[in-house]
Order: sequence, then C-alpha cells, then structure tokens
Amino acid sequence: MPLEPKIPTRMGDGSLVEMTRSEMRADLEAGTQLAAKKAKVPELTPDELDHLLDIYASPARFTAVDIGDEVVLSNDGTGTKHIGNRVQDLQSFEALLGVDMVELWQIDYSYKAVKTNVAHEGQSMKIAQALLTNPVQYGAMPDLGRYSAPDGPYPNWSELLPLGKIDEARRSQEAAAAALVHDIEFVADAMVEAGTDGIDLDTTGAAGDADFLAGLRACRRLREKYPWLGIEIGMASEFVLGMHGQLTFDGERLAGMWPKDQVRMVQQAGASIYGPAVNINTGKSTAWNIARAITFIKPAAEISEIPVHVNVGMGVGGVPTCVYPPADATSRASKAFVEILKIDGY
Amino acid sequence: MEGAHSQASGMGGMRAAGDLVARMQMTRRMRLKEAKEYVAGKLGCTTRDLSDPVAMEELRLEHGLGTLANTSTTRPDEPGMMEAKFNIAELLDVPINCIERFRRRARL
Repeated sequence: MPLEPKIPTRMGDGSLVEMTRSEMRADLEAGTQLAAKKAKVPELTPDELDHLLDIYASPARFTAVDIGDEVVLSNDGTGTKHIGNRVQDLQSFEALLGVDMVELWQIDYSYKAVKTNVAHEGQSMKIAQALLTNPVQYGAMPDLGRYSAPDGPYPNWSELLPLGKIDEARRSQEAAAAALVHDIEFVADAMVEAGTDGIDLDTTGAAGDADFLAGLRACRRLREKYPWLGIEIGMASEFVLGMHGQLTFDGERLAGMWPKDQVRMVQQAGASIYGPAVNINTGKSTAWNIARAITFIKPAAEISEIPVHVNVGMGVGGVPTCVYPPADATSRASKAFVEILKIDGY
Repeated sequence: MEGAHSQASGMGGMRAAGDLVARMQMTRRMRLKEAKEYVAGKLGCTTRDLSDPVAMEELRLEHGLGTLANTSTTRPDEPGMMEAKFNIAELLDVPINCIERFRRRARL
C-alpha cells in the first residue's frame, strides 16, 4: 500500500513541518471539537472541515479569496515604527500595501500613557488627516493593569486576591475601571478635535472583566457624543477572564463571555466594529488552530449586526506566534476566515 | 504579514474602493455586504468593481475621489487627500470629521 504523501505546513510557533492530509483532517476535527466543548457552541460541519482541509492541505506558497470576495482591512497597529516618521508609515501602508483604514498609535500603546502626551498625538493626527485619503483612526489598549500599584494609584488586585482579600480586590478594580473610562474619553475627545475618523480600543479585556467593562462604558459614552464616530472594540482573547467576577453590562455578567456573547455587548455599547481574538496554541498545527478559532467565532459572526473584523496576526486567529509570520500561513488564515465565516474584515 | 493579508483578501484601499467601504462600516455600522452595495450604488458600478483598481481608477477620477500618485502617474490638478475627502463625504452622504473641521476653521 503506497504511503500517503506529506505536505509542508506550519505549527503554531511558525516552524515548518510535514503532515499527511489525514493528519491535518484529524487536527481540524480535534480543534473544532475542543472549541465546541469549551464554548458550548456547535462544531464545524463536515463540509466546512472539508473546505478548511482543501485550504490547508495544499503545498502552494500562497492562497487567496476569489475575485470579488475581498474584505476591509482595518489594520490596527499600522506601520513598522521604523519607516520614516509615523505619518509616513501610514502613507506607506495606504500607498504600498493598499490597506483600507490606517491607525495612528504610539509605541506605549495604552490610553493612560497617551493621556500625558495627547496634544502631540492630536497634532500628529491632524497632519495624518491632511496627508491621507484613507480613514485614519486612533488606537491604544484600555490596559487596566496600568492603574494598579506600583504603576498606578489603586491597590494591586493580583496581590490582593491570593491573600483572600476578595472585596478589596473588587473595589480596586471598580475604581480603576472608572478612571480608565475617564482617560479613554479624554484621549478620544482630543482625537476627535484633531480630526480622527475613529477610535480603536485594542486588546480589550486583557486585564479581565473590569477591563472589558471599562471599554464598553467608554464606547457608550463616545457613541452618545459622536454618532458618526468609528469605534472599534478589539478583544484580547477568546474568553473574558473573571478577575472581578461580578461585573455586569446591561444586566449581563461579563466574566466568562465567549465571542457569541462578547459581540452582543459590543453592539449594545454602540461600537461600529467588533474584533474577536483567539490566541494560538504554539504546540499545535495551524490546521488545529484555525478550526478552533473559527469554531469560537462562528456563532458571533452569524448573529452580529455590526462588522466583524477578526484579529488575524502574530499569535491570534490562526497566524503563528512569531515575529515574521510566513505568507503561506497568513494567507491561509485570511482565506479561511473569509470563506467559512463570511467576515467583514481584519 | 499585512502585505500577505492585503494580497490574499484586501479590497486595496484607495487603489480601489476599500477606503469608501471602510467609511460605511465605521460611520453607519454597515456589515460588508450592505456597505459594498451602498458604495456600488453611489458609484453606479457592481460590488466586484469595488476591489478592481482598473475599474476604480476611472470612477475615482470621474467623482474626484483621489488617486494614488506614483512613478508612472501623477495628477497634480486632480483632487488629493483633503480635497478628495470633501467629494467622498458628499458622494457617500456621510460626515467626515476632518472635513467638517476644515470648513469651520477655514471659515468656508
């Protein structure tokens, strides 16, 4: 009996390995089964797994969607930070890469850090608006951890929790979240005055449910003030950690939310774009990772009334965790999300 | 990585009409299908044309929506950047923040 041929493919850390078509099929099935069990959502259908297998079990160096099926690239964290100045970075992405939106940001990617430098950031936004035709949004992380000691003014809940000081840890997170909402609003107001087209709350929920709550509350306040403003809420991971555990938004508990519930909160808060994120398991194949990621996000993409821009890069959304993601792996993830989930962008 | 995404599935930004579709997602919260249909309706083209840089060059020039200046083609007497965004706001019937502020500050 002839041996099944091996096909080059990637692991979640980006390393090039060889697998048979049967091994890839087994990984796709294992990835979707695990995600379905964890998030209590349906597994991908046999047809969807076949489609993913066709995308991943190809030795081609590159793959792409069909002509006419292209999606919007919102491109958070635009630029390399090493091509001229930051506005030239945005121009190069507009002109050379053909992205659809660009994002001005600073290297200390946190609203708390931007606040101290907001006038200069606003001036850069004004210059960017004068030099680009593409929509230009401003982005940073909510980054609630910055508000805890020793970096911030509030007692560190990660130190309080192991001591059993649950109430103190919760009160501290609540106070920090209120300060964070104020800072996001402060920076957003300044960027609106400078001409921004949108605000991106990137990697929301990185510090857990209080971080997510602050992002949602800030979004709602901005939507009330600026009905036309683009507001993107991109998530930190597939699951909202319950660092507080009791916080709610519109009466719903945030801790433990998966994408299908995250998207409803983001929508209710008034955001324009929801960005789900599913982190990579570096020890598994990209086939395993893409099946897992799509399974988590599919119920959200099906019910969403706003655009869904999946985070697909460097450690999330089926793109390996490495500094220089290979085009073969990136393009396969790109095609898989568009063709299986019918997403609206990246 | 951004280059791979752009080639694999991107609309091409202002090389085609990706910037226009993005504006409808941002300002009107439209999902992709609705946003593409809206922009195509305003331009009088098909949704497939929106990702086609050849079809869109002609339409962008016709509507004054801005084109990229490159080595082979520069059009200094055509609208660019801020000028183009005045026309984009009018065509799509959406407010563009920097244009509203430009009008106010320049007392137009």
